[in-house]
Amino acid sequence: MVAWTEFERATIKDIFSKIDYDVVGPAALCRCLVVYPWTQRYFGNFGNLYNAAAIMGNPLVAKHGTTILNGLERAVKDMDNIKTTYAELSVLHSEKLHVDPDNFKLLSDCLTIVVAAQFGKAFTAEVQAAFQKFLAVVVSSLGRQYH
Amino acid sequence: MLSKKQKDLIAEIWEGLISVADDIGADALLSVSCVPRSVRRMFASYPGTKTYFSHLDISHRSAHLLSHGKKIVLAIAEGAKDISQLTVTLAPLQTLHAYQLRIDPTNFKLFSHCMLVSLACHMGEDFTPEAHAAMDKYLSAFAAVLAEKYR
Repeated sequence: MVAWTEFERATIKDIFSKIDYDVVGPAALCRCLVVYPWTQRYFGNFGNLYNAAAIMGNPLVAKHGTTILNGLERAVKDMDNIKTTYAELSVLHSEKLHVDPDNFKLLSDCLTIVVAAQFGKAFTAEVQAAFQKFLAVVVSSLGRQYH
Repeated sequence: MLSKKQKDLIAEIWEGLISVADDIGADALLSVSCVPRSVRRMFASYPGTKTYFSHLDISHRSAHLLSHGKKIVLAIAEGAKDISQLTVTLAPLQTLHAYQLRIDPTNFKLFSHCMLVSLACHMGEDFTPEAHAAMDKYLSAFAAVLAEKYR
């Protein structure tokens, strides 16, 4: 069981209440595909990912980015049961999508950077630590059903 | 390794950071801005990294933290001026890290990530995916060169 402090719970809810999923989701996924181009291997049927401009203008990437953020919201709404929340998604990513779980960390790093850029100074060291702890739990839960 | 466009992007970012410091007339801004903040971020998110500083006072805004952060940023900025010469520029630091400091190189990745977060906070939208990719690539190269003499 993960122990969350009051500060951590409040910080996570605050961040998610202030980000636009339709903006942050696509931005984070695009960034991941640009900064870590090998992650494009999982998006072969998304069409044109030829360069940064193509990635950032790709509607399928944008849609998937939003889907990911909506998925994260499920964890925000029930922070004490993240492992259970993602059990099915973990099986999906392992058995069907065959995604190397190291990639979850890459995407979570990109999401951190996008949120940092939006919040600026307000994204303090303590806020960052709380956000990264949350994402680490998500990443761990998503990797849990792999065998 | 790094394309010309990426090298230019990196040089531009570092010049921008250092020139802001000049404007405000204090190294203090640079030291208050990116790197000591990055060091503080690293200590907050990855407490294991504090173990390397047991001999220093690393509390918020301490003189040790500021001066140490400044040393790091100056080295990174120096390297950015001519990335093709990193091995030459970093030779003394390579020796220091290999034989004296012996910091586990996985920590360089943690620090690099915190530097990127600080840059994002500072630059907002200007920290584009391309700038992020170039900077991440540069910091990875920097870390790799730094660890070259370890074994």
